[in-house]
Amino acid sequence: MVVRALRDEGVKYIYGYPGGALLHVYDAIFQQDEVQHILVRHEQAATHMADAYARATGKAGVALVTSGPGATNAVTGIATAYMDSIPMVVITGQVMSHLVGEDAFQETDMMGISRPIVKHNFSVSHAEEIPTVIKKAFHIAQTGRPGPVVVDIPKDMTTPTERFEYEYPKSVKLRSYNPISRGHSGQIKKATDLLLAARRPVIYAGGGVIMGEASNELTELAKLLNYPVTCTLMGLGAYPGTDRQSLGMLGMHGSYEANMAMHHSDLILCVGARFDDRVTNGVDKFCPTAKIIHIDIDPASISKTVKADIPIVGPAQGVLTEMLELVAGSKKHPDESALKAWWEQIDEWRARHGGRYSTDDSELMKPQQVIEMLSKVTNGDAYVCSDVGQHQMFAAQYYKFNKPNRWINSGGLGTMGFGLPAAMGVKLNFPDADVACVTGEGSIQMNIQELSTCKQYDLPVKIINLNNQSLGMVRQWQDMNYESRHSHSYMKSLPDFIKLAEAYGHVGMKVEKYEDLEAAMREAFALKDRLVFMDIYVDPFEHVYPMQVARGSMRDMWLNKTERT
Amino acid sequence: MRHIISVLLENEPGALSRVVGLFSQRNYNIESLTVAPTDDATLSRLTVTTIGDDRVIEQITKHLNKLIDVVKVVDLTEGDHIERELMMIKLKASGATRAEIKRTADIFRGQIIDVTPTTYTVQLIGASDKLDAFISALGATSIMEVVRSGVSGIARGEKTLSL
Ligand SMILES: Cc1ncc(C[n+]2csc(CCOP(=O)(O)OP(=O)(O)O)c2C)c(N)n1
Ligand SMILES: [Mg+2]
Repeated sequence: MVVRALRDEGVKYIYGYPGGALLHVYDAIFQQDEVQHILVRHEQAATHMADAYARATGKAGVALVTSGPGATNAVTGIATAYMDSIPMVVITGQVMSHLVGEDAFQETDMMGISRPIVKHNFSVSHAEEIPTVIKKAFHIAQTGRPGPVVVDIPKDMTTPTERFEYEYPKSVKLRSYNPISRGHSGQIKKATDLLLAARRPVIYAGGGVIMGEASNELTELAKLLNYPVTCTLMGLGAYPGTDRQSLGMLGMHGSYEANMAMHHSDLILCVGARFDDRVTNGVDKFCPTAKIIHIDIDPASISKTVKADIPIVGPAQGVLTEMLELVAGSKKHPDESALKAWWEQIDEWRARHGGRYSTDDSELMKPQQVIEMLSKVTNGDAYVCSDVGQHQMFAAQYYKFNKPNRWINSGGLGTMGFGLPAAMGVKLNFPDADVACVTGEGSIQMNIQELSTCKQYDLPVKIINLNNQSLGMVRQWQDMNYESRHSHSYMKSLPDFIKLAEAYGHVGMKVEKYEDLEAAMREAFALKDRLVFMDIYVDPFEHVYPMQVARGSMRDMWLNKTERT
Repeated sequence: MRHIISVLLENEPGALSRVVGLFSQRNYNIESLTVAPTDDATLSRLTVTTIGDDRVIEQITKHLNKLIDVVKVVDLTEGDHIERELMMIKLKASGATRAEIKRTADIFRGQIIDVTPTTYTVQLIGASDKLDAFISALGATSIMEVVRSGVSGIARGEKTLSL
């Protein structure tokens, strides 16, 4: 019933790992070929694959893991999806119902463990309700503010000899769950008036624009008004990164111009973002002159950390469409001379820093150069799946995303080990696309066993390992706050990644000089049907800049190792 | 400020733990908590008293509403309402204090519901501050055990919390 329900939900791939509690389900998987199962090497990877599929398509991915250790191995992946509001259905096996609570072999209370990191969870207590529960799980995961849903199924609920009437419901209704389907017109009208009266506006776009499929509407509105746009780490691609109106990312490692513009603005239109501490810096000093319009599907995100002057609860796409109509039909227009002066100011900020980094202080290649090359070689069109660390920030800063759903990273939880399984999940579903995993020698080793899965299922992703021989992000903080006492941020005895890749049946390439980078990278991407592990040696002493000064305002930043605003 | 928040909850296993989990996870305070099924067997009613400024209370009600098992939420303190709590208190009652306790219980309209030669158990119903007042009127010496139900509340007038 589980497998049939997944098929009827239109699921093509599930990612999983078998075990005792799931043997009935795996037997059912064996006997059909509509729902294809991908066998990972660690359950964490299954959840990240499902999660990345969702990030690239907006549809819930499905992971299947057994009880006990299988379920606990999936916890990191569930929390990763939860923090970034990613739709996902995780089916966990459970011991037989009559053994639940008895500390049976491979029993863990997955309902309890997962409760704080899921949008909802279900425990199946009658086999005949499986189709309805699975339908509800998808419904909850994919509507409103998306999120992961866990379905815990005791083994005896899947006993094949016990047969039930099967019907997969076309839709479900829950009396206690009614996600908001449109924004309040009065609020939208008020917001539009404020928007048109702004003199120093900034549009601040988050992951909600991507998941809410509203990038077209956002782009159109920004164009119509000629207002600057900055995107959060999760929102990159919501607005074309190469466009003149794009200020790049904002926040802790945001661009100088984005953070300066935010700080000095008189109006912030926030769409699908949540004023996270990595964006606002010290909230008490946050954007002192700005009025705030906040559009979000989740009322609890509004006025959580920063008070909104005009809150609008609703789906980004619908609300922006209404705003667009109002702006287009309005007799009022933004003050042209004010806007001109604002753009001049922004261009001045751009000229001051504009994402420059120095290449003179070291013989070694700079990580930024590698990302810029990646952007060039793939025309800014690749799916870039990132791990966590300095390399992630460099990728966010220097890869110019022109399309939504192309930048796939663990923003909220910051999960090292996310990158490779994520790239695999994307490549499987988009076999013709260029898929890069930007990683570091620390992160890649957290799920490196998946190179084996890549071989089994032919997943020719390109691994761009920015090898700085250190846990660079940790080291940067130690440099800045602990007088360079590098406590355990240096990795001794790194493996020979080239041999390692080859041992798994893939291609390895080592790059040490910038002169060789472009040719090597082009060669790697030309090898369409091979996984290439590019081990690229970069300057271990490089820091990510700008970097906001802790607890300051948005404009308080280090611009390089010696200069601050 | 102290708020009394009433919640209609699906009467499902695990529903209560989601509510309690929310409070501990987000560091919200719980002064008291009561929960029992309603006339509709599929629904429970839960009352929680909590302390927080407007921003915190707003977050609490929003997050409660987000829980899938939560059907409705109302902050009773926003309007006219009645609150009641039940207390049973066991007291050392011998010699002169015996009559004194009886008098105090009468003043507070408490009932003596269990008697032994050396103890009284008094039942008292009222708003929480009335129960507090009774305790301080007794003075600490004679108290052996206190059990309080936690607050239940209901809005005055036509307003109801129902489906
Ligand atoms: C699972 C996990 N453990 C620890 C951390 C803390 N952490 C954040 S970045 C980082 C270093 C990452 O090193 P590497 O992958 O080599 O990337 P680099 O910063 O050197 O580019 C660490 C340890 C984390 N984010 N995730
Ligand atoms: Mg590193």
